[in-house]
Amino acid sequence: MTETPVLEVKGLKTYFYLDDEKVAKAVDGVDIVIRRGETVALVGESGSGKSITSLSIMRLVDKPGRIEAGEILYQGKDLAKLSEKEMTRVRGNDIAMIFQEPMTALNPVFTIGNQITEVLRKHMKLSKKEAFERGVELLKMVGFPRPRETMHEYPHQLSGGMRQRAMIAMAISCNPKLLVADEPTTALDVTIQAQILDLLDEMKKKLDMSILLITHDLAVVSEYADRVLVMYGGQIVEEAPTDKIFADPQHPYTKGLLESLPTLDKETERLGSIKGVVPPAYRFPKGCRFSDRCPYAMDKCQAINPELKHTTFDHKVRCHLYE
Amino acid sequence: MTKYIIRRLLVFFPMLFALTIIVFTLLKLAPGDPYSQIMDPNIDASVFEEMRKEQGLDDPIHKQYFRWVTSVVQGDFGESFRHKGRTVAELIWSRLPNTFYLGAFSVFITIIVALPIGIYSARNPYSLFDYAATGFGFFGLAVPNFLFGVVAIYLFAIKLGWFPAQGSVSQPGLAGFDLFLAKLHHLFLPGITLGLSSTAAYMRYMRSEVLSVLGSDYIRTARAKGLTERTVLYKHTLRNALIPIITLLGFEIGTLLSGAVITENVFKFPGIGTLYIESIGARDYPVIMAITLMLGFFTLLGNLIADILYAIVDPRIRYD
Repeated sequence: MTETPVLEVKGLKTYFYLDDEKVAKAVDGVDIVIRRGETVALVGESGSGKSITSLSIMRLVDKPGRIEAGEILYQGKDLAKLSEKEMTRVRGNDIAMIFQEPMTALNPVFTIGNQITEVLRKHMKLSKKEAFERGVELLKMVGFPRPRETMHEYPHQLSGGMRQRAMIAMAISCNPKLLVADEPTTALDVTIQAQILDLLDEMKKKLDMSILLITHDLAVVSEYADRVLVMYGGQIVEEAPTDKIFADPQHPYTKGLLESLPTLDKETERLGSIKGVVPPAYRFPKGCRFSDRCPYAMDKCQAINPELKHTTFDHKVRCHLYE
Repeated sequence: MTKYIIRRLLVFFPMLFALTIIVFTLLKLAPGDPYSQIMDPNIDASVFEEMRKEQGLDDPIHKQYFRWVTSVVQGDFGESFRHKGRTVAELIWSRLPNTFYLGAFSVFITIIVALPIGIYSARNPYSLFDYAATGFGFFGLAVPNFLFGVVAIYLFAIKLGWFPAQGSVSQPGLAGFDLFLAKLHHLFLPGITLGLSSTAAYMRYMRSEVLSVLGSDYIRTARAKGLTERTVLYKHTLRNALIPIITLLGFEIGTLLSGAVITENVFKFPGIGTLYIESIGARDYPVIMAITLMLGFFTLLGNLIADILYAIVDPRIRYD
């Protein structure tokens, strides 16, 4: 258990400096630990900061956003301090990323082969021919029936699911230690979703990777994640192994999320919902960021933002109810 | 691909045919003919009638059209009314190279100025440079060719004496590299004048294209793959941003020729444009028709080239 984690994010803060001198604290003090071979899910509604967290890890946050503070330790090396040039050697090589929209995430004017081989040639320094052969192998691995022909095809000739497979092939091409998957199945059909997630899981085992899975879909989480981090308002509000999150959700926000899930064994008239919306990142409530939507909110909640604290040895929650 | 080009050509020829009808009809609709300008009280009006008949100007319009179009297809545009004894083809060939050089020079200037500025602006949006480029862009689009030409002549030819004010080559007898340099020297002011508005327009296009491509998902993917900023810009961004630009360059052929008509006249540049205006003044029908047809032909050709280029650079275009 003392093995150094693959990725350790400490106190990450990513702020956006908006035009009218407002500061959007999209990520505000996030800690993440991902161990070898582990799938960690980062869950939250739209606007909770999970995508910005993943982009921060890749150092791909666009202006006017900036990593304000914190460490992103990859095998002991702080990515937040690397130069842009050093960072290009990490991206796609040590840490790879796949995105939500397979329809637009591939460059329309280059063949699949061109887009796979360019990664291989950049990081693995393969020759044109070697890269091509390796590309064919990768496409075969992710389930293309005619990989050699697909190498010469353009993204628009593939379906959404196949494009996401091609993205995965590119992402795993240099055997990364960590794969960041930002809502990899959100834009796909339900039947394709399961195939893609199974593929990710299979590749994880085959290549001894870890996965940071960003999603808002708790059904996906229950099946594929080892550990869950629930994010709200730019902060982690609950962290626990997957089975505990489902068996014993502690934070009112996590409870709300779970109540909004349909289940087979309970007969309910209406699914639960959390009232209100995520506040914009430049106008969080003063105390607990969930306080204005929380059914259990107390006076204390409006005034003081609670700390993320252990309730059991592997369960942490950020809520005054558990103090 | 070949099929696509063939299909595109099949559309090209009917359009060309329609063009000949339009050109012919327009000219017939215009009042007057070569004889209406000759006012000699000593010649009886019946003589003109006789000459009109002889020239076939009294025939029914469709007969005149078919006579004209059959000879045009054979490359015979007839003889100029004004320059007795010279064929229209001869006249046009004597002027066409100059106009071609002017157009080529202007496109060259447009590309080497507009594209780099557009790219740089897009990479540094809302910077001082970007605002300056935007200002220049509006200036270039707002100032008409002829006005800019006149001001350029005044400043750079008369006041500063850097460039010749008009014409194409000053002394006869130049040859080889000297001739080339002299031509280039004469091309400079008219070339810049002709290219001004396109330069401004292409700069704006390039800026907005690069800016929108840089914000697209596949550029984020390219960065996430660990590609350097160079590769991201010159490979992934430019290849996409240039698609509409390349297409526009095809259309540019027609625009350039019509622009040349005005610019050449401002600079008294001996090209097709000056010939056109002179011929219109003299009602030299065969020449007017030939040049009008030529302008239309090049516009159609430009569109054809644009369509073919589009299919080449954008793999998403379906050929079937």
